[in-house]
Amino acid sequence: MTKVTWALCAIVAVALAFPAAGVTKQTGGTLNMIAWEGYLQPQWVTPFQKQTGCTIKPKYAGSSDEMVTLMRSGGGSQYDMVSASGDASLRLIYGHDVQTVDPSKVPDFKNFGKAFQSPPNNTVGGKHYGISLQWGPNTLLYNTKKVTPAPTSWSVIYSPKYKGKITVPDNPIQIADAALYLMKTKPSLGIKDSYELNPAQFTATINLLKQQKPLIKKYWALASDEIDLFKNGDATVGAAWPYQTNTLIAAKAPVKDLVPKEGATGWLDTWMVSAHTKNLACAYKWLAYVSTPKVQAEQAIYFGETPVNSKACPIMDKLSKGSCEQYHANAPLKYFKQIYFWKTPIADCGNGQKNCMDYTKWQQAWTQLKG
Amino acid sequence: MAASLDAAQGLISRRRARRFGGALALLGTPIGFFLAVYLAALAALFVSAFWTVNSFTGELQHVWTWSNFTTLWHGSIYRTVALRTIGIAAAVTITDALLAFPFAYFMARVAGPRVRAALFVLTLLPLWASYLARVYAWRLILDHDGLLNWSLQKVGLPAANIAYTNTAVWIVFSYIWLPFMILPVYAALERIPHSYLEASRDLGARGGRTLRSVILPLALPGVVAGSIFTFSLTLGDYITPLLVGGGGGTQFIGNVVYDSVNISSNLPFAAAYATVPLVVMGAYLLTARRLGAFEAL
Repeated sequence: MTKVTWALCAIVAVALAFPAAGVTKQTGGTLNMIAWEGYLQPQWVTPFQKQTGCTIKPKYAGSSDEMVTLMRSGGGSQYDMVSASGDASLRLIYGHDVQTVDPSKVPDFKNFGKAFQSPPNNTVGGKHYGISLQWGPNTLLYNTKKVTPAPTSWSVIYSPKYKGKITVPDNPIQIADAALYLMKTKPSLGIKDSYELNPAQFTATINLLKQQKPLIKKYWALASDEIDLFKNGDATVGAAWPYQTNTLIAAKAPVKDLVPKEGATGWLDTWMVSAHTKNLACAYKWLAYVSTPKVQAEQAIYFGETPVNSKACPIMDKLSKGSCEQYHANAPLKYFKQIYFWKTPIADCGNGQKNCMDYTKWQQAWTQLKG
Repeated sequence: MAASLDAAQGLISRRRARRFGGALALLGTPIGFFLAVYLAALAALFVSAFWTVNSFTGELQHVWTWSNFTTLWHGSIYRTVALRTIGIAAAVTITDALLAFPFAYFMARVAGPRVRAALFVLTLLPLWASYLARVYAWRLILDHDGLLNWSLQKVGLPAANIAYTNTAVWIVFSYIWLPFMILPVYAALERIPHSYLEASRDLGARGGRTLRSVILPLALPGVVAGSIFTFSLTLGDYITPLLVGGGGGTQFIGNVVYDSVNISSNLPFAAAYATVPLVVMGAYLLTARRLGAFEAL
């Protein structure tokens, strides 16, 4: 045998040895997951893979709409699970893209805050279409050196004072942020719910966003875009998630965030299971695993959001002192009430009127607005 | 006599058949692949452009309708975006032609073999790096605290505020597609026989006149060939506008198509809008053929 043949034999032998070693471990299969950036960190994914043998393949999406599209791609069988926010979950339920789940198979379900066991964005007609995960506010982020005095209102992101230094998400649901601002500052419009806007209210909201457009540096599509904008001095104020704030502070950028006096829109995310998954066993193992206090606390601290499992609070404090309070995991009802959770806008205004602008209208208006 | 003629004809037709068989063996696989993948995808695109989706569930509705095209026609935003895309693609093409011509001329007619080889490598070098890495590199240059503003500040000039604007998109596209213009222009210039230039000089033309009346007309097919690349590549791109654009009024056709698929789950509308660059490119290629670009490729 020549040297080359020997080398080939050696390579084949090594290649054969590795899967053989894998077989002895429990083989759980693969879960293809659509998630927000930062939701599938090795910190808690690696232990899960070791414990269960289920392999996780993450696919990060930049918007709720992208999540819905991805869940439907390839006939819906390409992805097994999705961490859907409230503005996507109903669309997935009514589109028959996700299946019902049995909360009794998730031991920690009983420790969830009452509001998160059967919230309207993942529970329809008493049927659970997923397990609530975490929630949080869409905050106002600002550069402490460039924005003085410290802002208390959303008015700064509509103010010509910060022209060319403002950034907001490239996402139609951003219209709700403007509607919320108008709800508090222009009561004459009669906006009661920032997701249920009649034509007049909708036009007024879009007009506010049109005035804002020349002030915008960039409509950010990815969280990393906004982080770059703040790091490089292109933006000094904007709408953000706590994730960006945490990442920027870790990078020693002079930033702070807050829930302004008008309140804020917010998200409540749910792990949902594809109606076409081939790996339901692994999916349930994941649902049970992410609901445990330890993983809930780890994710909450990493992303800067609030766990739904009320037992996560002490672990959060153990991991990072004071974090339970920082992320309002023990917040009173008063805090909770100023967060207006994302939901899919539909034609039904919820007050008997059926002339509200549905999500397609929101999307069209958003494309028009960006120009 | 007649018999031998028949035999000869038989031989010819047999030879022809064999040649045809040979051509089939060579081209059969690529043509089959082309038909199956490329044309089928194009056909699917055209067909789905006439469908719609249910706005709430996002399910495809296989009902024939012109509604996507009426939306395109009546929505001024789509006209604006299409004109912006075509305008920037044209600007990029002109910029690249102006930059590439002197460079290619130097390479083809002035530089010695060694320098020419070095310039070739320099032209092709950026193509070896990832497209994304190069676009992100430009972001670092154009950012508020980036290299450009730092340099401007060093020489005492005011900061340029071009990050995330159409200007940034134009600059980055011009950089990225420049090699695709240089190479065909170089090929066209290199092909001009030296005797033509000598003849021009013998007839009393100076440098400028020779350039205008001899070199430019002969190099034009090369420029047009290069412009096919720079124009069509810019027309179809959406990544650069997404990364270095992104302020108000910086969307490209590609971005609206991408958003229609990814945000609105509206594949039919995306398909309808995607026919716009197809039509534009079709018209462009017809014009290019008239200008002799395909002989220069």
